[in-house]
Amino acid sequence: MTSVLVKDVSLNYGAVEVLKNLNIDVAEGEFIVLLGPSGCGKSTLLNCIAGLLDVSSGQIFIKDRNVTWEEPKDRGIGMVFQSYALYPQMSVEGNLSFGLRNAGVPKDEIARRVARAASILQIEPLLKRRPAALSGGQRQRVAIGRALVRDVDVFLFDEPLSNLDAKLRSELRVEIKRLHQTLGNTMIYVTHDQIEAMTLADRIAVMKGGLIQQLDRPQAIYSRPINRFVAGFIGSPGMNFLEGRLELRDGVPHFAADGLDIPLSTYPFDAKGFAPGPVSFGMRPEHVGLNTGSGWPFSRQVEVEVVEPMGSDTLVWTRLGDQNFTVRVSSERAPSIGEAVSIGFDPLRASLFDSLSGVRL
Amino acid sequence: MTDAAILPAAGTSSRPAALSGPQGPRPRRALSVRNVVIYGTLTVVAVYYLLPLYVMVVTSLKGLPEIRMGNIFSPPVEITFEPWVKAWATACTGLNCDGLSRGFWNSVRITVPSVVFSIVVASVNGYALANWRFRGAELFFTILIVGAFIPYQVMLYPIVIILREIGLYGSLWGLVIVHSIFGMPILTLLFRNYFASVPEELFKAARVDGAGFWQIYFKIMLPMALPIFVVAIILQVTGIWNDFLFGVVYTRPDTYPMTVQLNNIVNSVQGVKEYNVNMAATILTGLVPLIVYFISGKLFVRGIAAGAVKG
Ligand SMILES: Nc1ncnc2c1ncn2[C@@H]1O[C@H](COP(=O)(O)OP(=O)(O)OP(=O)(O)O)[C@@H](O)[C@H]1O
Ligand SMILES: [Mg+2]
Repeated sequence: MTSVLVKDVSLNYGAVEVLKNLNIDVAEGEFIVLLGPSGCGKSTLLNCIAGLLDVSSGQIFIKDRNVTWEEPKDRGIGMVFQSYALYPQMSVEGNLSFGLRNAGVPKDEIARRVARAASILQIEPLLKRRPAALSGGQRQRVAIGRALVRDVDVFLFDEPLSNLDAKLRSELRVEIKRLHQTLGNTMIYVTHDQIEAMTLADRIAVMKGGLIQQLDRPQAIYSRPINRFVAGFIGSPGMNFLEGRLELRDGVPHFAADGLDIPLSTYPFDAKGFAPGPVSFGMRPEHVGLNTGSGWPFSRQVEVEVVEPMGSDTLVWTRLGDQNFTVRVSSERAPSIGEAVSIGFDPLRASLFDSLSGVRL
Repeated sequence: MTDAAILPAAGTSSRPAALSGPQGPRPRRALSVRNVVIYGTLTVVAVYYLLPLYVMVVTSLKGLPEIRMGNIFSPPVEITFEPWVKAWATACTGLNCDGLSRGFWNSVRITVPSVVFSIVVASVNGYALANWRFRGAELFFTILIVGAFIPYQVMLYPIVIILREIGLYGSLWGLVIVHSIFGMPILTLLFRNYFASVPEELFKAARVDGAGFWQIYFKIMLPMALPIFVVAIILQVTGIWNDFLFGVVYTRPDTYPMTVQLNNIVNSVQGVKEYNVNMAATILTGLVPLIVYFISGKLFVRGIAAGAVKG
């Protein structure tokens, strides 16, 4: 069953097109993460769904009801903001109950719902305090609680954790995941953080320039990015790209660049076929083996140029042909600078993109 | 005690030279050039402004014979409150001789409604302009800004005609309307900038919570805006209380505000010039703005600063 349906929605500020004919279909109880670079329209899309911005064209359905012209309060949504947006002059309890009081919910019902939300979020001891007397993590819990008490169908989160420090962020991340499992509501969640996206999402929507580039399960987005932008955006450290040409020799496709020839017999080409021409060859650093024998379909002797320790793993910079190439190895097996090593990989795990259109081949 | 053996305790003479340099806050000399210039300037300016006030207070407490002896800086030999009483209750202005008291109450009856009315309307205007981007908001805002810069003198006579047509010329209410309208541009600007500095997400959260125009105004914005209300009150109270031009143009002798009456007392040409009564009357007239400043000066600065930093 569809919970949120965004249909051909555009939003313009004068001549600036922020959302361009955007479509997204969110299933009941699904956790969707909107991921994309700054300014790509994530918050704008969320605000349109919430009814805080009027769309320029298109329709929005929530629970199969056309809410395009409805007020935010009538859409059955709750929203959590990056800056918490707690009402500074009200106590935590006042913040939680504000929406219910506006809706004219009876007093005992308000008390019951506030108590329930407070116990789910473990903020019971804080109910009498003002927001100024709370820590960042506590404030964000209250902000989530404000959506929780209203018993809404859809939760909208706009970068709720990005003002918190790393440790607190991972704690609250788990709590949000747990909350989703307990409540089973539909959630749409905007973030910059790939780990948040990967861990929380049922499906990730990667956005760029007001369009959804790819909407798929995290694993699919990671291993089969639909275009070069998604491939470069997802994954940290980023994917290696080698620029070259796709050639067909003896019926076998090859990737050829200066001093480099990679046979692509194992590469899973897209069903729509391919033609020889300029392409980018993408390979994730974690899918490359370093000094792991000769069992690889492609291997090469290279020299280590730079070594970047990242804690448990180390990023090793080398050159393949004359293009930069990184390899991710566990830190205890990290080579030293100048050392000659052998690297190898399987084109099965590669991603091949048309250089001009950026589309996956 | 092994620690102490490894790390020499602070203050012992055994410290190496590298560690014995400057320590703690930098010493400041009381008589540096900088201090002399700053405090010297401040003192000169303060004396410059306070001296006239001193002369006024001293003169208002002297009898006329003593004043005629000169020595305007010398304190009164014999303190008398007679001039104060006369200024308040019996000094003559034109036809009636009941002192400034009549003007005082007129001014109160002009100032209070003007201040309340203009601030209530301007704060709602500012809120609507900052948070509800209604159609024509930009145009409305531009008109307001232009309004803030039109010299009053241009509009004096047209307003006389308008007031006469609606039958309010010469009444206190006419003046109240004039003050409210003329305060509107600058006050709306003040409130708009303040409300524009309130994070937009707060406003959005309230809308998601189902609050409407007035609920957001009263429950969210108003409680946050107290400093700016204090600023607005001070601006309006002092501005309207001190006004002379509108008072003299738009009222009749029996509805003259205090400033106009003061002028009539001081400039009256019959009889001897009673400097002591004039001084007392002047101080009495200036007392209301002075008291407002003293009570709320701190809040005023805080409010202005809050607006300046965020707006
Ligand atoms: N009032 C406005 N007038 C004109 N353009 C605007 C306005 N508000 C936003 N934009 C533009 O819309 C685009 C999308 O903004 P949006 O806030 O949705 O980005 P975002 O994806 O949420 O970015 P971030 O990750 O930085 O929050 C931006 O390029 C921004 O410049
Ligand atoms: Mg955003």
